[in-house]
Amino acid sequence: MTVLAEGEQQVGSPLLNISIFVVFVALTLVIVYRASSSTKTQSDYYTAGSSFTGAQNGIAISGDYLSAASFLGIAGLIATKGYDGFLYSIGFLVAWLVALLLVAELLRNTGRFTMGDVLSFRMQQSPVRAAAAVSTLVVSLFYLLAQMSGAGGLVALLLGIKSTLGQDLVIALTGIVMVVYVLVGGMRGTTWVQIIKASLLVIGAAVMTIWVLGQFSFNLSSVIGAADSADATSVLRDSGNSYASNPLDFVSLAVALVLGTAGLPHVLMRFYTVPTAQEARRSVTSAIWIIGIFYLFTLVIGYGAAALVPGGPPAILKAPGKDNAAAPLLAEALGGPFMLGIVAAVAFATILAVVAGLTITSSASFAHDLYANVIKKGDVAPGEEVRVARITAVVVGLLAVVGGILANGQNVAFLVALAFAIAASANLPTLLFSLFWRRFNTTGALSSMYGGLAICLFLIVFSPAVSGPAGPEATAMITAVDFHWFPLSNPGIVSIPLSFLLGVIGTYVGQNRERRLVTADRFPEMEVRSMTGAGSAGRPKQRSGVMADPATHPNQVAGRPGAH
Amino acid sequence: MSTTDDAVPGFPAAGPPGGPQRSSAETYAQVQASPEFAALRRRWRGFIFPVSALFLIWFLAYVLLSAYAPGIVNTRVGGSNITVGLLFGLLQFVSTFAIATIYSRFAEKELDPEASRLRAEVEDSL
Repeated sequence: MTVLAEGEQQVGSPLLNISIFVVFVALTLVIVYRASSSTKTQSDYYTAGSSFTGAQNGIAISGDYLSAASFLGIAGLIATKGYDGFLYSIGFLVAWLVALLLVAELLRNTGRFTMGDVLSFRMQQSPVRAAAAVSTLVVSLFYLLAQMSGAGGLVALLLGIKSTLGQDLVIALTGIVMVVYVLVGGMRGTTWVQIIKASLLVIGAAVMTIWVLGQFSFNLSSVIGAADSADATSVLRDSGNSYASNPLDFVSLAVALVLGTAGLPHVLMRFYTVPTAQEARRSVTSAIWIIGIFYLFTLVIGYGAAALVPGGPPAILKAPGKDNAAAPLLAEALGGPFMLGIVAAVAFATILAVVAGLTITSSASFAHDLYANVIKKGDVAPGEEVRVARITAVVVGLLAVVGGILANGQNVAFLVALAFAIAASANLPTLLFSLFWRRFNTTGALSSMYGGLAICLFLIVFSPAVSGPAGPEATAMITAVDFHWFPLSNPGIVSIPLSFLLGVIGTYVGQNRERRLVTADRFPEMEVRSMTGAGSAGRPKQRSGVMADPATHPNQVAGRPGAH
Repeated sequence: MSTTDDAVPGFPAAGPPGGPQRSSAETYAQVQASPEFAALRRRWRGFIFPVSALFLIWFLAYVLLSAYAPGIVNTRVGGSNITVGLLFGLLQFVSTFAIATIYSRFAEKELDPEASRLRAEVEDSL
């Protein structure tokens, strides 16, 4: 096989690909169904009754985090841009230290279901929760769009479905399966899907890595050398393949990646699925190991794809799905249709699971923050909040399907990087200020969240990522009109510092007015709770619980199938 | 206070407005002002703040080198295709693993026992 011809839109055997994927879906649906019997209360639906262990949650966090962007996107960027693609994986990994050191444990101790719980702890409830819900929905929808845009190209490549209508139908089907996971299994079912998917993904990547290295007598330098000689136009081992003309964009991207993770609502929500801060810490530590090792695999897979896919990087860019197709094409080059089928199924599972995690987060934030605490002012009948969350999940699923159909063909890692920029601008400053700065107040929180969100979205709209000149090298979404004036594709380096600044300005501007409104300072309570876990719903295991929360049943799921 | 009473609905400590709420707020304020809590906070912040600054600067240094000093990062090591930049990148992995492991050990040894003692103190007086 030489360069993939224009009409040749399929690789491997579609029937085989579909059957492997159907087996995965059937298996996970059975597990989700079994998890549903213990999903009754609000706390079951949102956080699986905080019943997972740190190790289980660490795998589930990896499952949530290692999205299509990490697997298809980064492998594709390394295969076609070399060293510059490697930066994504480093940023995505180092970011976890922010979550580990500054956020995870404090969040677990001061909140219960959503990011809004923590942000509104010592602020005026309604406005801050509303802001938290808005930013959660925006970040999650951006992230959803990125995942679903990967699905389209993958479908075209793997299932041999050439018509646009056929691809759209498969995307819709993916959306339906995902909504079923969320509706039936709640957070418990979704977490098991993450655990299974993460295990499959890491094992699949390990097999491919060893396979690639085996072809080069386990010498990474030879892999990179072969990748370099496969691409006549650029030196893949060198930096500057995508950012030589604008190095500041590279820095901006890196800042957004490293500060974004700890502001991603679906990542933050995972910290509530364990009973204590200690388990949250264990979750993050094991997630760092799993995610880090996985990214080391993608380095080999990316360069391996450039070296081993017939036709090299130019052929990858011509394939349906463009650079997102690098990993599946490498699988085919290595192990033929069967290996491709496995990797394809894993990639689909990845998209499915991440989308499910995003959906449950958005639905929780809408139902818990916006509906129950802002619209109904906390006066909700039992079961009503979960009912609203389930309806929201269906709506979010619909939006994901429509978005996936519209965003087909963008590089997934790039779109996710924008979601990271929004998360870092809208959420992280407020999160850190409310945990560490006593004077921080409602005005500061609202300025930083809405301000950060607005600046970030505004700069994205006028960035070269959205509109740009037409031509063979065009990378913008819109090339018919070019209305960009902001020079950077990723706005992080401007919007994140501005959001911190707005938080400070808002705090000083609002402090006199707020001093009249609020009589008590809840910072001491928040600080003691965040550092010691006092009063939180979870109990440390060794202490038999006084006032044990009925929603917390440690080890309840220990005997379930599918672990590890 | 009325706006923040049910900040975290369902928490045992978030009682109805009035009596119990006020006394729990006093308990928290007392513990927060105690020298034991101050010592715990000092030990904790003494670790997380410098280490956060360290890894952020280290990461930024790597990024700035990659963006603005291609001459350095593209230098090949010993005639192989491994570049200085790739080695720097791999060192970021090593430092991330190391910091995560060191922090976990530090927290388990130096923070957890005192934190759970203070927690018990708060919860016993609520």
